[in-house]
This record gives sequence, structure tokens and C-alpha cells, in this order.
Amino acid sequence: MTTEYIIKNGFVFDPVQGIKGDKADVAVKDGKIVKSTEVSSKAKVIDAAGKTVMAGAVEIHAHIAGPKVNEGRNYRPEDKLFTYTPKKKGSRMAGGFSIPTTFKTGYEYAKMGYTTCMEAAMPPLFARHVHEEIKDTPIIDEGAYPVFGNNWFVMEYLKNGEIENAAAYVAWLLNSTKGYAVKVVNPGGTEAWGWGLNCLTVNDPVPYFDITPAEIMTGLMKTNEYLGLPHSMHVHQNSLGNPGNYTVTLDSLKLAEGIKAKNTFGRETVLHSTHIQFHSYGGDNWGNFESKSKEVMDYVNRQKNITVDTGCVTLDETTTMTADGPFEHHLTELNHLKWANVDVELETAAGIVPYVYSPDIKVCEIQWAIGLEIALMTKDPMRTFITTDHPNAGPFIRYPRIFSWLMSAEARRDRIESFKHSAKMVEATHLAGMDREISLYELAQMTRAGPAKSLGLASVYGGLAPGMDADVAVYNFNPEKSYKPAEIEKAFSAAAFVMKTGTPVVIDGEIVSNGNKRTIWVNAKVNENPQVMRDIKEKFLKYYSVTQGNYDVTKHFLSGNPRVIEVDATT
Amino acid sequence: METVTVTMKTQPVLFLEADNISPDAFAGKTAADIASLHAYEGREQTTLGKYFDVSGDAGATAADTRIVVKGDVSRVKYIGMKMSAGEVVIEKDADMYVGAWMQGGKLIAKGSVDAFAGIGMKGGELLIEGNAGNYLGAAYRGDWRGMQGGLIRVKGNAGSDIAYFMNGGTIIVEGDVDVHVATHAEGGRVIIKGNAKSKVGGQMVEGEIVVFGGIDVMMPGFKFVKDEELEIDGTTAKFSLFHGDLGERHPKRKGQIVYGKLYQKI
Repeated sequence: MTTEYIIKNGFVFDPVQGIKGDKADVAVKDGKIVKSTEVSSKAKVIDAAGKTVMAGAVEIHAHIAGPKVNEGRNYRPEDKLFTYTPKKKGSRMAGGFSIPTTFKTGYEYAKMGYTTCMEAAMPPLFARHVHEEIKDTPIIDEGAYPVFGNNWFVMEYLKNGEIENAAAYVAWLLNSTKGYAVKVVNPGGTEAWGWGLNCLTVNDPVPYFDITPAEIMTGLMKTNEYLGLPHSMHVHQNSLGNPGNYTVTLDSLKLAEGIKAKNTFGRETVLHSTHIQFHSYGGDNWGNFESKSKEVMDYVNRQKNITVDTGCVTLDETTTMTADGPFEHHLTELNHLKWANVDVELETAAGIVPYVYSPDIKVCEIQWAIGLEIALMTKDPMRTFITTDHPNAGPFIRYPRIFSWLMSAEARRDRIESFKHSAKMVEATHLAGMDREISLYELAQMTRAGPAKSLGLASVYGGLAPGMDADVAVYNFNPEKSYKPAEIEKAFSAAAFVMKTGTPVVIDGEIVSNGNKRTIWVNAKVNENPQVMRDIKEKFLKYYSVTQGNYDVTKHFLSGNPRVIEVDATT
Repeated sequence: METVTVTMKTQPVLFLEADNISPDAFAGKTAADIASLHAYEGREQTTLGKYFDVSGDAGATAADTRIVVKGDVSRVKYIGMKMSAGEVVIEKDADMYVGAWMQGGKLIAKGSVDAFAGIGMKGGELLIEGNAGNYLGAAYRGDWRGMQGGLIRVKGNAGSDIAYFMNGGTIIVEGDVDVHVATHAEGGRVIIKGNAKSKVGGQMVEGEIVVFGGIDVMMPGFKFVKDEELEIDGTTAKFSLFHGDLGERHPKRKGQIVYGKLYQKI
């Protein structure tokens, strides 16, 4: 079996090494990138002349595995209608649009050159289900973020300022659920909703627990840095999707001021603010709704210890799903479409509602513009990443279309002109006046090196430096020639060649192998903490409807190929 | 208009999925081309020619194409699916999904059809001279966009769950219907010349149901408003108007709350 490859003469874009489109060779041996001189003459040659070469892309935030994704599949048979493709030589039967099957999820990411993806919200109680789906998703390396922002243990410890205990609990839960990072969704608000309330500012107290969202976020950032986890705290702020919410966003982001990153993974940030498009809204109702991307991005550009992802609206029919239970109820009251909801005891909740982002609705047009503005206003593409919060703002398969809007002012102009309310949209946003076009190098920062660094995985993912994983994507795109926006979309939709850990998985846009996927999780060691262990035991006895023996993600549920990130927080 | 005749010669062992029997798929093709169009029997992809004799070439466009389906097609699904123009005549009983997602043209089923006829229909005319099965003019499973336009007329009876999630268009059933009529409807009109059973207009937001005969059990969420004289499909008579489903949300238009309307002939 060939283990040596040399990808020759492509235009290489690699922010890790600072290569900006130079013609270069990428050599691969035993699943790793090596110096070109280190492969033998037997290395298989992949001709990339006239093509763009980048590292495999890294998805920092998508809902692609677990109970809410699957409930979306269950309750939306119409999302699957006419989408199924039969099995082919290298791939199994696959279908679905906004909530594709696990197989289609792996295949479609791989075809676009994505090789690592993070499931953005894992309910700890259902971690087993999340991992079963991750196991069934081919090719891509995956991790999952357990949600902590409405967790009873966390709220109790942080209320009393017990960072060390919160850290011991987080470490236990990451190990128990095989999780990757600390995710926070509508801090306190989802628990408040169990009482018929919500937390719509960072200072609204959570009923019974008497703690505020600001205290939860600050406490979890400190806990995260106490442990020195690879990723920063990853937050979906309060008041998502409401006109005027940008002030809540700024209040949340400001909590990072004065907190320092402490880890051994090269991560310099302490807060990742996700799908910030949904949090950059002005106005006080849907009539005077407007973009506040400038106010938000001015702050993000100044405050160097935070990262963001866009949450770009793709103008499709999609399925919204989030652990922000009260938001989904609010949404179903707005669009009257079917609503699924669940409370996850002691931990979180989730809701699902289908949504149609129509180019004939002013609010959707403005949302579309805000997502692109976030990306175009960044002064540091290493801290601003492209997402659709799949499937919330649109399905991930639309990334190539978003790239074409970001890389071409002409593509944006064409889209704006064909909107039904283009004049009103232009008035409420900044986009029409922006002529910036994202370069391929910046694209590689925003989809590869940047997210990998924020995740603390910059030593293995997101770059083409010797020693890194051999995740490589080659696109039929010649940066030296002039091109039409549609050609960007086409080239990035179906890569000419994709390699995952040294195995070719896509050739000419077709899946040729199910690869060697891995599950990435964090094993954090802390000092023995009998109090926290007793608290966990007591909560299982008193409140949980399952025993601890039926809670932990044991080996059977994990993919056979784990990548464990070791963290030592013992003192 | 050119006529293509497809005549069943070999019965499928399993059910045959033949969504290619439509003027849109046939347009511009010769009889031989048409015989080589694909169909599915179970999970195997096969061709129409394996089951049907095809005679006559199609017109240049769907609008210029008329299809006559002869023989026993009681095990054939999806005839006329997504057709946008032209004409289809099915001479005997057909299976499920006749005229599903139809957008235009005319489809005449001279016999009876099974469930899901005209689901998600957007336009055109579907005439069923026999009986229709369940989910006539309904929405696809899970979808909130049921029948949106066009006309369905059934000379015989229809099954249960007709006009489920109906948003527009008209369904006329000249005979009786089974339970659940226009559940979740947000528009459109259903006319039942015979009798209805129960669950008529459950969770209905907007739209109209007209029943000429009896209703076994009226939904408790419907409230009598007034008697009105109306002309419905050629018959002038007095009807009692009920508003409902009062348990469901209702939009406001020009200061007035809009209800689903249920008329019953007095």
C-alpha cells in the first residue's frame, strides 16, 4: 500500500508557513506531511499544476451528530424527499438536505476539502448517542463540545466561586462524555426557561440558582484556563436572534477582558463567540431591524483574546436546532412551523423548528448581509472563522457559495440586486458599500489555520508544515487566471483531490475511501477531589433518572480510532 | 397534440415506481426512447419497456403530449408525478401517488386510485372517475405545504386525511369521505357532496370545507355563525356556516380574525 505521496506544482496557500500561493510541492509519508526530500522516488505523484492546494479545512461549529440532529431527521421526512443517492463504489446510500444522514455528512464535508469537524452541542446525558453517530460519520475527524452553561453542578460551584471544584467537575464530565471543550448555550437562560423565564441580558439572574449569565461565563472562562484545555470557552450568548441584541453581545465579549489564556497548545484566546451574525442585531423590532456588525466587529478586532465565527445565512430552507430551548419556542411562535422540544435533566434542553430564509423577506436579506459583513470587517482572519452554524443559518454544503460571496464583490452585488427588498436591505446594512474581497490566503486562515489554532490543534491540523497530519485538499482553481464567482463555488464544492491522514478520500469530486476517521476528546487530569466526586454520586442518586453506569461513554460507543488530547492540571 | 399509448404487457412482481410516465419526461422522445426511460421495481432500476408496450411518439413539449395508459396498472405508482402540462389518461385503476406534486396539465383516471393522489399539488386538473384513497391532495409526510393550487375532482368516494395541510386549490368529492378532512389547513376549499364522518377541520387555521350531507361527529372547536345561501359547484342552497378550529391560532387581517369556514347544507 502506498504511504508516500508528492502533490506537485500546485499553488499552495498555507498560513502556518506563511505561503501565499507560491508554486510548491507537498510531500506525505505515513500519514504526515514531510519535507519533499524525505520521500523516496516511489512516492505517488499527484499533479496539482494550475490548482489550489490547502490543508484540509477545520469546522469549528456545526450540529452534525446526536439526538437533536437525529430528531430533526425523524420529524422532517420532507427534508429527505428526492435527495437520496444510491450506493456507489466508494460510498453508501446517502440523503437529506439540511439534516443529512451521517454518511452524507462525512462525504459532503470531504468533497469540500473539510477533514476535521466539531459537533457544537453535546447534551452530556445523551453523549452516547452523539458518539454513536460520530462513529457512523465517515472520513472526518470529529470532536464534540458538551454543554455546561445551564448545568446544575456548574451553577452551584460558580455561585460560590469554587473554580477548582468546577474544574474537577468539567474534567470529570469531559472524560465521562469523551468531550472536547466547554460549550455554553444561552447561559442560565435555558435553565430559566424551565421556570417559564429566560435570561435576555448578562445580568438576569437564573431562578433558584441565583447566578447571572455574566457570572457563569466568567466562571467557566476561569475554569477553562485553570484546566488549560486546548479550546477556549465556546459561547452562544444570551438573546440570540432578537433585534437590538448587539449590546448583550458586547457585554458578553467584554467579560474576556483581563482573562489570560493559559495552556500548552499555543492558543492565545479565552472566549470563542459563535454564530455572531445572530448576535449583531440593532433596532427594537422587526420593522427597524438593522445590522450592528460594525459595532461588534470593531470590538472583536480590538480585543485580541477572543475568536468568532460568522454563522452566515445561506438563503435556504433549513432546520434550526439549538440547546437554546426558549429561542426555539420563540421561533415557532413567529413562523408557526412544527416544534420539537426536550428538557435534558440537570443539564440542558433543546428545541428544533424548520425555517425558510427567503430572499423575498427583508429580515432574511439583512441577516444574510450581516453574516458576510462579519467576515469582511475582520482585521484578523486568524480570529474570524466562516460557519453557517449548520444547519441553523443554512446547510454546510453551502460553504462554497459563501466563499464566492466573500471572494467576489460582483457576486454580492448580483445577489443584492435580485432581492425583493434590496433598497431597504442596503439601507439597514453596510454590505453594499464594501468592496473587500477575501483572498485565498485569508480563506485558508478563516477555514484552516485560524480554527485549528483556536481549538488548540494547530500542531496537527490546518496547515501543511512538516510533522502535521497529512490532511490536504486540492481544488480545480487557478488563482492566476481570472474567474467568475460561479467558478469559485464549483471548485470548492467538489475538490479535485482530498487526502485524510495520508489516505486519498476524494478524487475528482468523488468519494473513493471511507478514510480513517478519529474521535478527538480531551482527557484532563486534576487533583483528586473527593467533594466533587461525592456531589456527582449524590446527584445521580437523588436526581438523575439513570445511574452513572448507564451514563459514561464507554468504549463500545466510541469510534475505534480515538485521538486523545492529554491535559495535566494537577498541582 | 401527439398521443403516446403505454399498455401493460408484463406485470411487475413487486410494485413498479413509474414517475417517468408523465408528459414532461416523454416530451420530444420517440416510442423507443420512452421505452428505455427508467423505472424502479423494488430496489432495482429497470425500464418502462420491460413492462409496457409503447406506441406513438411524444410531442415536442409536454403541452403537446397526451399519454394513454392501458391495461392493469393497479401495481404502478407515481403516474403523472410532477407533470406540468399536457394530458394523461389512465383507463383502469392505478396505485398510489397518481398526479403527485402535479403542476399543470390534465390527468384523468377513469378507474380508482390509491392513496396520496395529488399530494403537494400546485396546479392543473386531476379528475378521478372512480374512488380515491387516503391522503388525497394532502401534504407529503412532515411537510406543512399541502395542496397549493389546481383542481381535484373525485366522482366516487375518498378515504381519510384528505386535504391534510391544504394551502390552496380546490378538491371536490362527489361521494362520501372518511375521517380527518383538511386537518391543519391554511387555505383552499374542499367540497364534499356526500357525507363526512368526523374530525372535519381539526386544527384548521384558514380555508373552507363544504359538506352537502351529514357529519357524524362535529369537532367541538367549531362554532355556529349564521345561515347563508351559496352557489357551490352548480348547486344553489342554504348552508350553515361554522367558524373553527377555535383551538387553533388564527391570523388577523384588516382588523378581523380569520377563521376556517365549515359550511353544512341545511
